[in-house]
Amino acid sequence: MLCLKLVEYEAKDVLKRYGIPVPQGIVVTSVEEAYKAACKLKPPFAVKAQVPVSGRGKAGGILFAYSPDEVKVIAEKLLGMHIKGLPVKSLLIEEKLSIKKELYFGITVSRVDQTYIMIASQEGGVDIEEIAERSPEKVMTLRLDPWLGLQPYHARLAARFMRYSGDALLSLENIFQSIYRAGMDYDAELIEVNPLAETIDGNFVALDARIVVDDNALFRHKELQEKYFELLSPHEREAAKHDLAYVDLDGDLGIICNGAGLTMATIDVVHLFGGRPANFLDVGGGASPERIAAAVKMLLLNPKVKVILINILGGITRCDEVAKGILDALRSTGIKKPLAVRLVGTNEEQGRRMLSELGISVVDSMEDAVRQAVGMVRGDGRDGDYR
Amino acid sequence: MGIIVNRDVSVIVQGITGRQGQFHTKLMLEYGTKIVAGVTPGKGGTEVHGVPVYDTVAEAIHEHKVDASIIFVPAPFAASAALEALENGVKIVVIITEHIPVKDTIKVISYAKRIGAMIIGPNTPGIITPGECKIGIMPHHIYEPGNVGMISRSGTLSYEIAASLTRSGIGQSTCIGIGGDPVVGMSFVDVLRLFREDPRTDAIVIIGEVGGNLEEVAAEYIIKENYSKPLVAFIAGRYVPPEKRMGHAGAIVMGRTGSAESKINALKKAGVEIAQKPSDIAVLLKRLIRR
Repeated sequence: MLCLKLVEYEAKDVLKRYGIPVPQGIVVTSVEEAYKAACKLKPPFAVKAQVPVSGRGKAGGILFAYSPDEVKVIAEKLLGMHIKGLPVKSLLIEEKLSIKKELYFGITVSRVDQTYIMIASQEGGVDIEEIAERSPEKVMTLRLDPWLGLQPYHARLAARFMRYSGDALLSLENIFQSIYRAGMDYDAELIEVNPLAETIDGNFVALDARIVVDDNALFRHKELQEKYFELLSPHEREAAKHDLAYVDLDGDLGIICNGAGLTMATIDVVHLFGGRPANFLDVGGGASPERIAAAVKMLLLNPKVKVILINILGGITRCDEVAKGILDALRSTGIKKPLAVRLVGTNEEQGRRMLSELGISVVDSMEDAVRQAVGMVRGDGRDGDYR
Repeated sequence: MGIIVNRDVSVIVQGITGRQGQFHTKLMLEYGTKIVAGVTPGKGGTEVHGVPVYDTVAEAIHEHKVDASIIFVPAPFAASAALEALENGVKIVVIITEHIPVKDTIKVISYAKRIGAMIIGPNTPGIITPGECKIGIMPHHIYEPGNVGMISRSGTLSYEIAASLTRSGIGQSTCIGIGGDPVVGMSFVDVLRLFREDPRTDAIVIIGEVGGNLEEVAAEYIIKENYSKPLVAFIAGRYVPPEKRMGHAGAIVMGRTGSAESKINALKKAGVEIAQKPSDIAVLLKRLIRR
């Protein structure tokens, strides 16, 4: 599971649709395309790796060029490069503008305020957290009433805080309101323009933008659903098909639990006992035998996973159904891996009996199961020790 | 006693005719919760486990005295259901539904605050005052009446801990799930404030997890108010990678915010005892309560 972060050019496409000025630019996926794009644009150029991470500039993902030939050389270097673990598959070639000043404007969800907040800064171009820490006096935040939204006078407050007046104030007012509208329409948890540049000829242009879409709102954004699936790892995609919450981790002990908190706590306890979890896998509440089978199957088929730890605290989950799911997965794959099972809840006895017929023992407590599983991975017959 | 809910609270169930709604209505009735009505648009005039069903909250309110609502309505319609309850004067709204868009949640919470109503959740197992009233989906046999209050962001982990407290002979005054979403109606601080005034609650368990900073804000509150009752906390997610949502929409470490270390350090500084694993909570509580 991840949050849906749009890359720069996608975010800028959104801004354009809302009438917010962005630099002239073309998205490319090959060196030849990069060269051709540069020929169509006016130099100098900015060549920008399209990966949804912040701090691209510092990581060497944004470079400047003065001729199409130079763009070609840079494109060769950037395409295929990894930035913070993500491969660079596309580039945005843009006309580089002459800038007088860099500003920041964003709308984000504040958990503590339980609403959206507007963030405006007199300085932009670096992470807003960094600016807020270094020079808090340059940053203003304002809680927004979701029923009122960002009113024109809120936008003007931000523009005044940035020390603009006259026509500049009015054009910023327009831009800020458009950013807010775009954010709300796209169910953005975060929409930020950073930097928002004032060019030497006095125009305001969004030089870079980030939009993070609330994945719970994807039912309202059909066009983004496909993209969301593309961003998932193969394991995560398989899990999503079966309504499982899955995250890859780098160990060898497979984990299946019900409930996000319990799954995280199980991962923590595995670490405490000296084990290394291979994944986070939450089957959710009231899981059907099919969902359990899909979960177990995923871990049986994952060669990284040496041992599977199943920790089900069934309140309403039926243990016989959990047992059925486990057995179905074992039968249909024909793969055997050591299992450590903790199973508590409705129809517990029946579930235990079904598993013990296959020689799978079931324990009562989460810690016993973890200890057993860690011992199985180590393979010396000893249980894991609490460190 | 306990906080927010007791045996006198009368409840409506929104989404009562769905699979979840029917099932949990039955369990809540068995526990003794006073469920007076259900609401499902288009199913008015029917009954679920002897509870009359109405098409609108307005009709339910007209026929019954209603203090609280529990919502099982699917995510796309859940916020509207909550607003319907609030606008009709229901003062406690428990939203069980998971995956509600945060934009919708924010509007509901903002409206509830304006009219002085309470939102529990979304994405919560609900609230239980053991032996008296349960407005939620938790397996109630694991709870026992007692003097320890519990506040949790997660469901099953809170069951794990409640069961282990009960096994150790420690009963609970009220257990409340504040919800696993990034924005939830009641915060740790809101609940701590109520537990402080509750004569039956002698100690409190905080079950937090990675993501956001509600735990840090709670720590500040505890220091500032010189909180008088003993506290024990467990924070889940010490070993999860950043930038990934761990099941709950709210459980995500973003940059420097939301890490388990930050929460554990803040709570320690506030004098809260930190449990390394869920089973340590009972041990720590026994030591604190004896003192």
